[in-house]
Amino acid sequence: MGRTLAEKVWEDHVVRSASGEPDLLYIDLHLIHEVTSPQAFDGLRLSGRKVRRPELTLATEDHNVPTLDIEKPIADPVSRLQVDTLRKNCAEFGVRIHSLGDIEQGIVHVVGPQLGITQPGMTIVCGDSHTSTHGAFGALAFGIGTSEVEHVLATQTLPLTKPKMMAVNIEGKLKPGVTSKDIILAVIAQISTGGGQGYILEYRGSAIRELSMEARMTICNMSIEAGARAGLIAPDEITFEYIKGRPHAPQGADWDAALAYWKTLKSDADAKFDKEIYLNADELSPFVTWGTNPGQGVPLSQAVPTPESFGDEQERRAAESALVYMDLKAGTPMKEIKIDTVFLGSCTNGRIEDLRSAAAIIKGKKVASNTRMLVVPGSARVRLQAESEGLDKLFLEFGAEWRSAGCSMCLGMNPDQLKPGERSASTSNRNFEGRQGKGGRTHLVSPLVAAATAIKGTLASPADL
Amino acid sequence: MEKFLSHIGTGVPLRRSNVDTDQIIPAVYLKRVTRSGFEDGLFAAWRSDPDFVLNKSEYHGGTILVAGVDFGTGSSREHAVWALQNYGFKVVISARFADIFRGNSLKGGLLTVILPQEEVEALWSAIEQDPKTSISVNLESRSVSYSGKSVGFDLDDYTRWRLMEGLDDIGLTLRHTGLVEGFESKRAKFKPKTLPVLS
Ligand code: SF4
Repeated sequence: MGRTLAEKVWEDHVVRSASGEPDLLYIDLHLIHEVTSPQAFDGLRLSGRKVRRPELTLATEDHNVPTLDIEKPIADPVSRLQVDTLRKNCAEFGVRIHSLGDIEQGIVHVVGPQLGITQPGMTIVCGDSHTSTHGAFGALAFGIGTSEVEHVLATQTLPLTKPKMMAVNIEGKLKPGVTSKDIILAVIAQISTGGGQGYILEYRGSAIRELSMEARMTICNMSIEAGARAGLIAPDEITFEYIKGRPHAPQGADWDAALAYWKTLKSDADAKFDKEIYLNADELSPFVTWGTNPGQGVPLSQAVPTPESFGDEQERRAAESALVYMDLKAGTPMKEIKIDTVFLGSCTNGRIEDLRSAAAIIKGKKVASNTRMLVVPGSARVRLQAESEGLDKLFLEFGAEWRSAGCSMCLGMNPDQLKPGERSASTSNRNFEGRQGKGGRTHLVSPLVAAATAIKGTLASPADL
Repeated sequence: MEKFLSHIGTGVPLRRSNVDTDQIIPAVYLKRVTRSGFEDGLFAAWRSDPDFVLNKSEYHGGTILVAGVDFGTGSSREHAVWALQNYGFKVVISARFADIFRGNSLKGGLLTVILPQEEVEALWSAIEQDPKTSISVNLESRSVSYSGKSVGFDLDDYTRWRLMEGLDDIGLTLRHTGLVEGFESKRAKFKPKTLPVLS
């Protein structure tokens, strides 16, 4: 019988398999950041263990780092301690690190692909749930907890039980102004935040094949918001083209060998999925969330739903409490919702293509009064690239703030936070209560909607301008 | 890791679904570099509300959290497990857990028990009627018992064995180092390396 893409990658990494036990998988790349690693390194020290494969390990500083005055010491002593701890651990255990101020510093999921170190058919893990991003290259990539970080550091393997497989089929052609962010928000609204639990999602279909690598990363990034630990897309010419020539791309005979292998990485025609879902790309329009989980979304043209419209008791209760937290009335058109802060950035939409598409909309315009816009590139290289194209000037003339790279307001661990009651339109991935700052209210949007919203001051798409 | 055979305690009814890890412990509390002390951040946003269930005196000392569906969604932070453990919880019961959270909890010795939603509701009612209801969670028999009633739950044999023996995964894997070396000797040469650092 045929195998799915994920099954192929899985089987190629099995070190040991025994009935009734999880498979032991080899890990090709382990990404590390300051928040979920200190206790893991501590564990190694306590048991006198080493990092088994430092050359398959890479650290960056992203979650805690300031996006202003990065040449000064980090002001918050607790954040500084965490970043310093990472630096010390990397020095002690021989792990490569890209620190604040380094040209390769940035959000871990932006840095991997940018270096060309994320490649098809790899197993990639990181103590961060959005590791699923790397699945866009046909890699099996997922987030792990700190105990697992320690396990991978010590053994370069991880015991895992094979998830079930779900095909997410998206056929058709996106209308102008509709992006991959809208696809994934619509998928999550359809299957709910728990719908992907226990599955690896494979995104397929004509709409997916058309997408750039950056747009594919946005989709795979948010697999976790549908409850799935991993999501992937079969590599194709667009993938190979993206990798070719990057610093860590294979070269010469290695490139040929790699390419021959990568081309085998797709689900067989007779592969069996445990579940399949379908979405028609032609029918999609810009999508935004109204509630406090990423499954609580609607097309921008619609209104805040009434809790009674949910058949499921749990969902109805969740909707009721979300409306209270979000301070929204059922029936309010989404486009009438006023926005205080627009955040363009994160590992979901902080890549150069995202910045370009937003810059094209705001060019020559002014940010709405009473609205502020924060633009935070996903990595130092994205920032430099944007500056070389003059995008920083466009954003600054528009009245937005232009910052240094990091996670920033995606999770508000550094000073970039919403104030209580403040409302944001954010290109990040989570609209949980308080995620962007205690009491803050988040609407998840695409970069195009973010840009149009910054102009109008209310949720809007470029078509509304 | 401590061995987990059974646990007897009282329950705390958390009547909320989709309790994500940002609710269990907000990001601002994640800056510690130790594994302890995270109890101060547990459900931080809700703790200021006197009506929040953890603030009610009748539930003080509860060690079994009974939560709504989709508990632990969101980030991979193991700090969520530590916060619950640091606060004193030994068991969390829900109809559905997020995968990463469940993996983290079972690795760290916090037992996550999946019961059907109607059993969760029954347990909520029992605890709310009498907060002193003694609940016994037994890993040997894979069952939750209270008020003369017993409900079974599923947990794979391997995980159960690990928890009951208190075994650490790394130690178990290191027994197979030979296999790992064998695998490494056959790995494709084109796979990328992070070192030496490229300039
Ligand atoms: S940008 Fe946000 S989601 Fe991505 S790694 Fe950083 S905190 Fe996590």
